Amino acid sequence: MHMADALLSPAVGAAFGAGTLGAIAYCSKKLKENMDEKLIPLMGVLGAFIFAAQMINFTIPATGSSGHLGGGMILAIVLGPYAAFLVMASVLTVQAFFFADGGLLALGCNIWNLGAYPCFIAYPLIYKPLTRTNRSSGLLLFAALLSAVTGLQMGSFSVVVQTLLSGKSELPFNAFLLLMQPIHLGIGIVEGIITAGVIGYVRALRPELFESASSSRPLAAGISLKNVLIAFVILAAITGSALSWFASTYPDGLEWSIERVYGKTELPEQEHGIAATLKRLQEKTAFLPDYKFKKSEGGSKEKETSSPWPEVDTGTSLSGITGALIALGLIILIAIGIRTIRGSKPGTP
Amino acid sequence: MTFDKEYFNIGYLDRLSYGDTVIHRLDPRSKVIATMIFVITVISYGKYQVIPLIPFLLFPVLLMTLSDTPVMLIVKKMLVVSPFAVFIGVFNPVFDNRAVALSDTVYISAGWLSFLSILIKFALTISAALLLIATTSFPGVCNALRRLGVPSLFTSQLLFLYRYIFVLMEEAMRIVRAKDLKSFGSRGTGVKVFAGLIGVLFIRTIERASRIYNAMLSRGFDGKMKTMKKSRLGVADAAFLAAVLLMVYLFRAYDIAGFLGGIIKY
Repeated sequence: MHMADALLSPAVGAAFGAGTLGAIAYCSKKLKENMDEKLIPLMGVLGAFIFAAQMINFTIPATGSSGHLGGGMILAIVLGPYAAFLVMASVLTVQAFFFADGGLLALGCNIWNLGAYPCFIAYPLIYKPLTRTNRSSGLLLFAALLSAVTGLQMGSFSVVVQTLLSGKSELPFNAFLLLMQPIHLGIGIVEGIITAGVIGYVRALRPELFESASSSRPLAAGISLKNVLIAFVILAAITGSALSWFASTYPDGLEWSIERVYGKTELPEQEHGIAATLKRLQEKTAFLPDYKFKKSEGGSKEKETSSPWPEVDTGTSLSGITGALIALGLIILIAIGIRTIRGSKPGTP
Repeated sequence: MTFDKEYFNIGYLDRLSYGDTVIHRLDPRSKVIATMIFVITVISYGKYQVIPLIPFLLFPVLLMTLSDTPVMLIVKKMLVVSPFAVFIGVFNPVFDNRAVALSDTVYISAGWLSFLSILIKFALTISAALLLIATTSFPGVCNALRRLGVPSLFTSQLLFLYRYIFVLMEEAMRIVRAKDLKSFGSRGTGVKVFAGLIGVLFIRTIERASRIYNAMLSRGFDGKMKTMKKSRLGVADAAFLAAVLLMVYLFRAYDIAGFLGGIIKY
């Protein structure tokens, strides 16, 4: 659910960018106050860990699609909120640069959506109070599940709000919400299960990593993931087929893994899914008010219906289009010119 | 295996950034600033504006040619990341089907226009971001960010992360390969195995971190990350920034496409 530059308006992008920068500065200050030098290499390497872990895929039961780790909650549990936020921000920054996930202006939004909610809301308000006294594996799972779901729900809600505030998308609020929240419920549940699994596993092997020694009794190695999965299947049945349908058609779960796991084979099915979504949404919002036609630069006549070829006059924007084409041609010519003058290698296209 | 491919891809972009061209030699700060100015200007266009965006292609195209960056690399990377913007944008034609006149006889629905606008903005902003990293080494960008006011703890975190991405990816690759060799078909792709794999990777990571810390301590680490490389804003940077500003200003303030079209008409 990486927010994209193209959907943002400068005001929204700048606002969230400023908020994120402020949060980064605040976290840096907080960490420096009682700096544990050991934390510096640990944070860096854990960031790289999230990166590497995201490249390993697994199959999500009942949907057939594949998922990967988000990692915000694991980081928060191991490092605490401030360091975790910085690590999450660094991971997203590298992703923005090297995979162009979202873009540079949207980076602020993305760090906010994926970093701030798990670190500053889900972890301190849900996970920590729940696991403070009792450390049973069931409770761990419950806490991880609840906090991961909450964090992701807030994150995806914030994607919706950012997109709508920017006004580049035509999706109505309700439809967009209906599209985003259920998918991220699914993603959140999976994230929660994995978080609990990893934390449980690590705690069994290296209990000293979770410093608060109070009543930390080591867990049996194989935490009952089977029961968890059964619960998950029941839950999936309750939320209905709609959820799994969404989860398998929505591209974001696949965004990362599309090339890695499924190659191109998954794409046709996905398009099919999108088309179906469109249709359903269209039916839902069929009562859209009759819009007046937008005036083009040339001052077109106002008409109704969606018939694409009304035979009316005017429109000097044609010269704009030819101009754009000329500009495009010029740009390409300039590029070719530079390449020829510099005698570039023939191998590079 | 696609895993190896992804690994290779990051390495490739990294290797490109060590080129030595006019663009590579510019100070990272000037490139970061220019890219941000460019992105913000592109984003500032209204949702139905398509034609004024076209001239902006000049910026990425110039950067690409002057820095000898392979065009296909950028295009391929753009295609891989496109889902979200495209997925959201594709609803515009559905919900916004007012007609807009392009000429006397040609009409287009406003939704397609805004969708097209999103796609072009997407291409411009993403290619600008990719070109920034293809022409500037990541440590260079981090250094620039630090000198532009981003907290040093965060930039050193970025540097650390970047340095160990490759190491940990290899680690993950070994783990996955070992799992693949021991499982057949779809076995071992479930959540339980996954949690175990991640757990192993996690513990190896923690152990590596403590080894790194010891190594750093024995080399005199005092809690600060220092950089040797000095960079200075020179005449070339001033010229580059001025050119970008001028270009952005001209494109934003004047109707370049209309002007060019007008020349042809008369």
